[in-house]
Amino acid sequence: MKISKEEVLHVAKLARLKLSDSEAEALSADMESIIGFANKLNELDTEGVVPTAHAIPMSNAFREDVVKPSYDRDAMLANAPSAEDGGYTVPKVVE
Amino acid sequence: MHTLTAHEIRDKIKNKEMSSKEITKAFLDRIEKVEDKVESYVTILPEEAMKAAETVDEKIAKGESVGALAGVPMALKDNLCTKDILTTCSSKMLHNFRPPYDCTVAQKLKDADTVLLGKLNMDEFAMGSSTENSFFKKTKNPYDITKVPGGSSGGSAACVAADEAAFTLGSDTGGSIRQPASLCGCVGLKPTYGTVSRFGLVAFASSLDQIGPLAKDVTDCALVYDQIVGYDAMDSTSVNRKYASFEKALTGDVCGLKIGVPAEYMGEGISEPVQKAILAALDSFKALGAEYEDMHLPLNEYALPAYYMISSAEASSNLARFDGVKYGFRAEKFDDLVDLYAQTRSEGFGAEVKRRIMIGTYALSSGYYDAYYKKAQQVRTMIMQDFDKAFEKYDVLVTPATPTTAFGIGEKTDDPLQMYMADICTVSVNIAGLPAVVLPCGYDANGLPVGLQIIGKPFGEAAILNAAYALEKNISKVRPTL
Repeated sequence: MKISKEEVLHVAKLARLKLSDSEAEALSADMESIIGFANKLNELDTEGVVPTAHAIPMSNAFREDVVKPSYDRDAMLANAPSAEDGGYTVPKVVE
Repeated sequence: MHTLTAHEIRDKIKNKEMSSKEITKAFLDRIEKVEDKVESYVTILPEEAMKAAETVDEKIAKGESVGALAGVPMALKDNLCTKDILTTCSSKMLHNFRPPYDCTVAQKLKDADTVLLGKLNMDEFAMGSSTENSFFKKTKNPYDITKVPGGSSGGSAACVAADEAAFTLGSDTGGSIRQPASLCGCVGLKPTYGTVSRFGLVAFASSLDQIGPLAKDVTDCALVYDQIVGYDAMDSTSVNRKYASFEKALTGDVCGLKIGVPAEYMGEGISEPVQKAILAALDSFKALGAEYEDMHLPLNEYALPAYYMISSAEASSNLARFDGVKYGFRAEKFDDLVDLYAQTRSEGFGAEVKRRIMIGTYALSSGYYDAYYKKAQQVRTMIMQDFDKAFEKYDVLVTPATPTTAFGIGEKTDDPLQMYMADICTVSVNIAGLPAVVLPCGYDANGLPVGLQIIGKPFGEAAILNAAYALEKNISKVRPTL
């Protein structure tokens, strides 16, 4: 099982992580060993086996569509690293 | 006074032999005395706790009705949201996060009139088996402070073992309640998936996470579970059913109980002192009128790889919300929005969290989804069928909780796979959504506790707690000396 540094950097980009050179190298080795370990699953024939997402069988949990009090906007924004005029602020995305 | 169990404290307060203020003060004094050595807390709330205790005492003095655990001091793992109280997940990412609401279990324990002493250390975002992945501190095992307390609920387990709270709550995704309970000699319950609301629990792997108690004895474990169990419309995976009191179901009668002992959990990799203590406990069960025999769960060796694919995939998705915009840490320097996300996540997450996000993202990425994520979910189906078959014949299954007693601080931090092996006895239970309880069943030559795990059928908490209760009476408990 070989996972190249390029592959690691591609996955990091998907995961919105920035890795230093040494981090990428260490992760390449770690992922090789962990994904290699996961390859053990290939010893099992799973042809036709239905995948399980949840241990307890359940369908959608519906509720009545009624208006209920929600959280106060300012209380929710109190944790924001940056907020202004009742909204979160982020760097400019549209030129 | 700090050595009292939760049910003893409850009864003494009810009978007016003791006030909540007295016992809360006793625990705060105990924390003052041993916390420097144990380091189980991230946040301690002395003033808030004394105020809450006073409120309970006033209610009792006025003859008002009080909750079932009125005045009992406890503490919560730091991934359980508490209104206006720091909830950090032991991560730099949430070092300053004060939730605007209480998680359902915190609310339920408030309704029961408990007293919150503080929030407990853990592996960052509950990823780890030793609590060494905390951004803040390394919690020590009260039985030997050169050893780890286990993880990820290491703070919750060490806190109970060191008598720094009457009981605590933890969360268990692959063994995170049971493995530290085992290493710290306490009783820990991982309930059936869906029985305890996850609303307000910071999510790690949503299809596996479950909240449960860590306690000084089985009775405490049952009475705390009584308080937190139940349907909650705020959790879409909450199971709508009624539960009878688990505390009242403790009879200690295990006559005719059929115990299966899966050979796969007793062989290679399980240390000799652990095997010896488990076999001795099985003999105790036999003496109490239960029957046991060896049986097989042949797919057990596939549980750990399946677990790491499923849990990491879910984690990579759940942790996408930490981006430096809505709460918590934000990087100081960045070029644009995407760079803000990446920079924040790279500086805010520790090494193990990044590793899991990377593995999960890999397993879910185009070209690998079928080979890893779907494959693991298919193996999950097969493991569940294995358990179903076992429970046609046996009432409960008994296994070691961990392959060894507590290991040294720093001993396994260099090799992630080696650390993952610490959960080899516990992950399959999460994969199948089953309940399991862990309790101390003996001690090794160095005085470190050995944990025994009793696995039950779905919703079979009453049976496993009762079996644990019966065994507990036959084990002489050794307290840590701090």
